[in-house]
Amino acid sequence: MTTPLLQVKNLRIEFPTRRGTLTAVDDISFDIAPGEVLGVVGESGAGKSLTGAAVIGLLEPPGRIAGGEILLNGRRIDNLPFEEMRKVRGREIGAIFQDPLTSLNPLYTVGRQITETIETHLNVSKAEARERAVKLLMEVGIPAAEKRIVHYPHQFSGGMRQRVVISLALAAQPKLIIADEPTTALDVSIQAQIITLLKKLCREHGTSIMLVTHDMGVIAETADRVAVMYAGRIAEIGPVSEVIHHPQHPYTIGLMGAIPNVGDEVERLTQIDGAMPRLTAIPPGCAFNPRCTRVNDVPDGRCRRERPGLLPAGKTDAACWLHARPINTATSSQGEGRGGVASFENTKVPA
Amino acid sequence: MQDTMKRFFDGDVWWSFKRNPLVIVAAITALLWLFGSAFAPWLSPHNPFDLKTINLLDAFTPPSWIANGKPQFLFGTDDQGRDVLSTIMHGSRITLLVSICAVMLSMIVGISLGLVSGYVGGKLDAFIMRVADIQLSFPAILIALLIDGVARVVVGKEYHDQIAVYVLIFAIAASGWVQYARTVRGSTLVERNKEYVQAARVIGRSKLAIMFSHVLPNVTGPVLVLATLHVGTAILTEATLSFLGVGVPPTQPSLGTLIRIGNDFLFSGEWWITVFPGIALVVLVLSINLLGDWLRDALNPKLR
Amino acid sequence: MLAFFIQRLLQAVVVMIAVGFIAFSLFNFVGDPVSLMLPPEATSADRDEVRKSLGLDQPFYLQFVKFVGNALQGNFGISLRLGRPVSQLLIERLPATLELSLIAASLALLVGIPMGVYTALKRDSWISKFILTISLVGVSLPSFLIGIFLILIFAVWLGWLPSFGRGDTVRLGVWTTGFLTFSGLKALILPSITLGLFQMTLILRLVRSEMLEVLRTDYIKFARARGLTNNAVHFGHALKNTLVPVLTIAGLQLGGIIAFAIITETVFQWPGMGLLFIQAVQFADIPVMAAYLCLIGFIFVSINFVVDMLYYVVDPRLRAERSGGGH
Repeated sequence: MTTPLLQVKNLRIEFPTRRGTLTAVDDISFDIAPGEVLGVVGESGAGKSLTGAAVIGLLEPPGRIAGGEILLNGRRIDNLPFEEMRKVRGREIGAIFQDPLTSLNPLYTVGRQITETIETHLNVSKAEARERAVKLLMEVGIPAAEKRIVHYPHQFSGGMRQRVVISLALAAQPKLIIADEPTTALDVSIQAQIITLLKKLCREHGTSIMLVTHDMGVIAETADRVAVMYAGRIAEIGPVSEVIHHPQHPYTIGLMGAIPNVGDEVERLTQIDGAMPRLTAIPPGCAFNPRCTRVNDVPDGRCRRERPGLLPAGKTDAACWLHARPINTATSSQGEGRGGVASFENTKVPA
Repeated sequence: MQDTMKRFFDGDVWWSFKRNPLVIVAAITALLWLFGSAFAPWLSPHNPFDLKTINLLDAFTPPSWIANGKPQFLFGTDDQGRDVLSTIMHGSRITLLVSICAVMLSMIVGISLGLVSGYVGGKLDAFIMRVADIQLSFPAILIALLIDGVARVVVGKEYHDQIAVYVLIFAIAASGWVQYARTVRGSTLVERNKEYVQAARVIGRSKLAIMFSHVLPNVTGPVLVLATLHVGTAILTEATLSFLGVGVPPTQPSLGTLIRIGNDFLFSGEWWITVFPGIALVVLVLSINLLGDWLRDALNPKLR
Repeated sequence: MLAFFIQRLLQAVVVMIAVGFIAFSLFNFVGDPVSLMLPPEATSADRDEVRKSLGLDQPFYLQFVKFVGNALQGNFGISLRLGRPVSQLLIERLPATLELSLIAASLALLVGIPMGVYTALKRDSWISKFILTISLVGVSLPSFLIGIFLILIFAVWLGWLPSFGRGDTVRLGVWTTGFLTFSGLKALILPSITLGLFQMTLILRLVRSEMLEVLRTDYIKFARARGLTNNAVHFGHALKNTLVPVLTIAGLQLGGIIAFAIITETVFQWPGMGLLFIQAVQFADIPVMAAYLCLIGFIFVSINFVVDMLYYVVDPRLRAERSGGGH
């Protein structure tokens, strides 16, 4: 296996508030390989965007990294001095945010915003920077780029603006792009175009993507691997097709059951009862245990006492005691069709 | 009620109040001031309007800690032998009375116009907001001066003194309603289209009742902030007008009038006649502004 | 551009007509111009005569048209208090007020904007907190009190600076200036600080809050994510976006300076238009009040107009409304 481009180890993000410290991201670890697209999904508040912000060093105070480390190409970046980190941003890690309408400064032409990014990071002349800017705009599919470069953001449509944003993220040829809900604010018809474009460009440039979204459809189309986050923790992480077709964590199973599938002859979608706990009230043990239908399948109420780490389960890793080896055998002895992981698929569609 | 109290003391506003010593000091100062001026006739060491107790021989006594000062006149006396501390207390009373009345009048007019403007919309809305725009581009002091000038002409100079206080209240109020109207209008526009308002209309509640019961609670916060800061501005406007000689007459001196009177003696060395009312004015307005500023931040979580 | 220009110009004209109407009403209805012009013992025949000669028997709208016509020629009648043409009085007093306002406005902008930017960027430094506290004192201090305290300290106690008047002035055609003499410059110091301080604190606080607002926006976050230097983010992106709204309000504030000059001029016995106006209010000198109102209205409307035009130059979104860009 190649060395990972990005390694996140035991990352903890905390928010000190007057009622005590909230842990928004609690001890998560994952890697992204060069050229790989890692999807990060979860409900809002699950900590996925904060993780992205932490990687690029833009956590907004009072939020702070309270533990763990982030390594880019083996170099630790979570504790870099401001100026060093600034040089990493844009140059080595690019970013795309949710709303293309507000990501661009309305008072400057798109050309100026691209060239200023290029000139900040690369040692090029003004003319070269401009030339590159035009090329970038053409690359992201903006027609008549030579002419459009002097236009202001409001003169572009939403989809076109997001293309400009992508070109800005790619301007200094970073190796990793953090894309935080890059299509959520766009029309459905344009979402697919933007995702296809993003994926194509990154493949051509060999750029990795950390794709943060709540939209499983986008992940399914784009990602190589996916991390499912719940209440600040990773519930499950693994190859995207495995997570979608053979989910191992009860939460992921519920999540997949809740997604409508065109062409499926399913009479009703399942839903997970209850809601994700607030950060002030995360239960002890597994954060999902109050909503989990299988909590009683693990002996000794372990789910309520002890927090599970990521355990190998099927072809993914899931943070669930169901997959703890000794207990796994114990549960499977309880009865046919309950302990076996693969048989979850049956429970997906209650008649 | 108990529940409301509990929520208040549990809430963010109270919490931010407790950890803000400057604001606590400001609140105490403002309350003391309110108390001291409301009960000035009973609390002040002398009655500056009772001619029998005033002795012209006491005129120009310096503050008590300076040579020739007298212990019964803490901040000295003015040209007529009136105790400066007592005139300040009585002056604050008139200043506060005028300002608070003006703010309330502004609020009533502003909130009503804002509600009407936002709810009725159309030409009326456009007209009201246009007037507001134009008025906003002229400083309050200028509008107040004009109103006062007109009043002088209309009622004649000799009657003017009798109604001066009312003219002043009206003049200050007339220049302040715009901000309330804008705030309330904005909120009304948002609320108007919400489903519960539509629902309330369907079940036959009158427009006005809906507006009052649904929009007003939503604007309480911003209006409270505006009103607090407006009291500060109103005090300044009142003081300025009185200083310019177009406010309350010298027979019922407000803080501004006192400073104006004292200003004449600045060059002859009797600085205390003007400096103490001046400091009193600044401390009063400063504590109100501190409260208003803090309230605005405390009610606006975005800034935290 | 032209359409925008014409639209704003029309707006300005409408406001001016409104102001003119108020002045006209003052002139015609509040102060009875007939009795203003006649001795108290005049007979009713005399009154009718004057009424006719003033055109007061004509329909209301004709009178207004005539008033506007006169106003455009600078003819506002005779001051009741001073017995001289109002326009002449105003022209004499105009330079004093404008010079004072100019210095005060420069002070307010040149000190207020940088301090506002500083306190927004360094929110948590003690210098910012200190400046903010002081600025709160600044908005709580009425300008006449600042003037009095300055006079007490620098004129009465220290005796360094004059406490009233313009000092020596030099005549340049119709304009009298205090800029060219030492005593004229010295006389400007205290009044311009008095007038500028309040506006300065307002501008400081305005710039700060606008800048904080801008610093929270997505495009600033995105600019940081692109790895731009702090200087580029703060002064390239944030400052320009801050100054657009500040421009409007600062324009109004500058107009306010000319109006607030009334107070400063009273404190310092500065022979400007404000002092003339306040005396007019006290003496119910209607022609002067009406003329002053029109002049101030004109200055305000002009400033607003210029600000609108500047806005147009700075903000491309406004320009786009016409050019029909985008697709």
